[in-house]
Amino acid sequence: MVMVRPLSDALTSTSVDVPHGEPILTVEGLTLRFGGTTAVDGVAFDVKRGELFSIIGPNGAGKTSIFNCLSGVYRPQEGQLSFLDEPLIGARPDDIAKRGVARMFQNIELFDNLTVLDNLMLGRHQHLDYGLLSGMLYVGKARNVELGNRRIVEDVIDFLEIEAFRKFPVGMLPYGVKKRVELGRALCMEPKLLLLDEPVAGMNVEETEDMARFILDIRSELDLSMVLVEHDMGLVMDLADRVMVLDFGRRIALGTPDEVQNDPEVIRAYLGEGDDGPTIEEQAAEVAELSEEEMG
Amino acid sequence: MTEQSDRTPTGKTPIATSSRATLRGRPMLYTEYARDQALLNTPSKRLWTALLVITMFAMPFLPFITRSGLSDMTRLMALAIGAIGLNLVTGYAGQVSLGHAFFVGIGAFTGAALGGSPTTNVVGYELDLLIWLPAAGLVAGLVGLILAPLAARVRGLYLAILTLGLVFIGEHIFKEMVFISGGQGVGRRGPSPSILGFELYVPHEILGIQFVREAPFFYFVLILLIVMGVLARNLARSKMGRAFAAVRDRDIAAEVMGVPLLQTKVVAFGISSFYGGVCGALLAVAFGQLTPENFGGLGGLLLSVQFLAIILIGGVATISGPIIGASFVVLMPRLVQAYAGSIPFVGSGSLLSVQQLEGILFGVLIVLFLVLEPRGLFGLWLRVRNYWKAWPFSY
Repeated sequence: MVMVRPLSDALTSTSVDVPHGEPILTVEGLTLRFGGTTAVDGVAFDVKRGELFSIIGPNGAGKTSIFNCLSGVYRPQEGQLSFLDEPLIGARPDDIAKRGVARMFQNIELFDNLTVLDNLMLGRHQHLDYGLLSGMLYVGKARNVELGNRRIVEDVIDFLEIEAFRKFPVGMLPYGVKKRVELGRALCMEPKLLLLDEPVAGMNVEETEDMARFILDIRSELDLSMVLVEHDMGLVMDLADRVMVLDFGRRIALGTPDEVQNDPEVIRAYLGEGDDGPTIEEQAAEVAELSEEEMG
Repeated sequence: MTEQSDRTPTGKTPIATSSRATLRGRPMLYTEYARDQALLNTPSKRLWTALLVITMFAMPFLPFITRSGLSDMTRLMALAIGAIGLNLVTGYAGQVSLGHAFFVGIGAFTGAALGGSPTTNVVGYELDLLIWLPAAGLVAGLVGLILAPLAARVRGLYLAILTLGLVFIGEHIFKEMVFISGGQGVGRRGPSPSILGFELYVPHEILGIQFVREAPFFYFVLILLIVMGVLARNLARSKMGRAFAAVRDRDIAAEVMGVPLLQTKVVAFGISSFYGGVCGALLAVAFGQLTPENFGGLGGLLLSVQFLAIILIGGVATISGPIIGASFVVLMPRLVQAYAGSIPFVGSGSLLSVQQLEGILFGVLIVLFLVLEPRGLFGLWLRVRNYWKAWPFSY
C-alpha cells in the first residue's frame, strides 16, 4: 500500500476571498486590433470562482489573443479586464503573475536549457523572498528558502508524475512531458486563476486522457479556477462548466456545453452553411460547356 | 527537513539518518534535498576540487614553475575573474557584450588612481588594496548599472554593436582624462598592492619559508578567484541566476512567470561590470604599466574579444568554464613559443612568425569549438565524464 503524500499547504491553500459561483475575472468589451485587423472584437465574459471556463473557436478566432491580453503580453485598445476587482489592463506581465494569474502556452515556452527542477523553481520565482547578495552567499535564509521551495516543487513533480525527468534539461524531453512540465511550472506559481492554452494539442489519446485527469485533479485538490482554450471538442465538452465560442474575434455563443453544441451560430461557424457546392447536373453542364469551347 | 520527507512509503522507518553510513557505494542516492543541491554533491567532485586547490596553493613551490610562469598564472586568474563576470551577462543572461574591456578599463584606472603613487602628470592616493580593489569593482559596477537600461532595450546583434561602441567611447574618455590615465601613449604605473601595510609584491620570508616576489600576490588573486567564483556559482544556482537563464531562453515567458525583465538585465550588467572592474584593477597590478590603448579602441576590442574567446572556449554559462578558458588563452601562446623551434616553417625569417601561428591557432580553435562543441572545454569534460560514468555501457 503506497502512502500518497498530501500536497504542500502552499499549493492547496491558495486563498481567494470570493465565494464559489461569484466571478473572479470579468471581461467587458475587450477589443484588440493589429493595424487594420481586429483580432478580438468587443468580447465579454466572466469566470466564476472554481469554474472551468472554456473558450473555443476556429483557428484565428482570437482565443490566444484573449490570453495574451489577460497575461499582459498584449495591451487591448478598448475594454475592461478586472481580476479580483482590480483592473489588469496596463499592468506588466510580471505584475499580473504576482497577482495570481498563471498560464500555459500554446507552443511550449519552457526554458530549454534548464532542468525540469529549475523550470519549476522559476515558477516559484515570486515566492522566493531573499535578496541578490543573500543568494550569492547561499547560507542561512537563501538556503532555507531554496530547500523549502524545493519541497513544494517536488510535490508538483509527484502530482504530475514527472519524477523520472527531474534533472533532465527540458529541451531533451518528449512533447507530452514538456506539456506536463509547463503545467507544473504554472502550478508552482500558486495561481488563483490558471490559463490553459491548448494543453492537449498534438497529443495522442493516452496523453490527452492523462492531461484531462490532471486538470480534474487540479480542480478537486487545488480548487483552482481555470480558463481552457482547446480544439479537442471531446475534452472541452466533457470537462468545461461553461463554454464560450468565438468566431473572427466576436463572441457567438456562451453557455453550458449542451447549449453551445446545439447553437445554430456555432454549427454554422464550424461546419459552414447553405452552399453545398455544385450538384452533379451543374458540374456535367459545366464540363459540356468547356468541351464545346475547346472544339471551337 | 520535516518528518514527512524522511518517511518510506510505509510511513514507518526513516530511509537513513546518517546517509554516509548506510549508503556506501551509492554516492548519488540522496536522502535530503540539501545534499542533492550541494555544490560538490559527489565524492569525486570533492576529491578533484580539493586536489586542484592544493595544487594551486603549492604552485609557487613546484620546481618547474618559473617566476614569469607564476605571474602568468596570476594574470590568468585575474582574466578568469573578468571572464566569469562576462559569462554572467553573456552566458547566463544571454546579453552579448563586446564592451567588457570598457568596464575592465574603468576598474584598472580607478585602481591605479586610488592605489598608485602620484607623479607630475597623474593623481595617485596610495590607498590600501582593501579600499582600491572594492572601489574599482564598485565604480565599474555603477557605470554598468547606469548603462544597463539603455542596453536592455536592444538584443542580439544590436546589443553587440551598442556595447562595441562603449569600447570606443572608452578610448576617448581614457585618453582625455590625462590626470588619471596619463594620456595617450604615455600611460601610468599601476597600483601597488599592500594590505594593511603588508606588501604583496615583494619577497617575503614567513615561518622560515621563502616566498618569491610574485608569490604573495599570486596567493591573493587565487583566494579572490575562489571567493568570487563561489559567489558567482551561488548566484547562478539561486533565484537571480535562474531568472538570468529564463530571460536568455524565453524572455516573454520569463515575464509571464513573474521575472521582471528590465530589473534582471540591469542586475546582470551591474554584477558583470563589477567583476570586470575587479579584474581590471588586478590586471593593472599584473601589467605594472597601463595605457589608455590597453582598454580602449582597438586594444580594448581585442581584449573584449579575448574575453569572449575565453568563455566560448571554456564553456558558456558555466563558472569553471571561464577558468579553463583563461588557462587556455594564457598558456597556449607560451606552449607555442616554447615549441616553435621544433615546428617546421615557423620562426623568424620563415613562413610564419610565432605571433602569426598563435593568431591562426586561436582563430581556428574558436571556429572549431563553435562548430563542434559549443559547450567548450567544459562540454568536452562532460563527455569524458559521462562516458566513464556509464562505462562499460557507454555508447
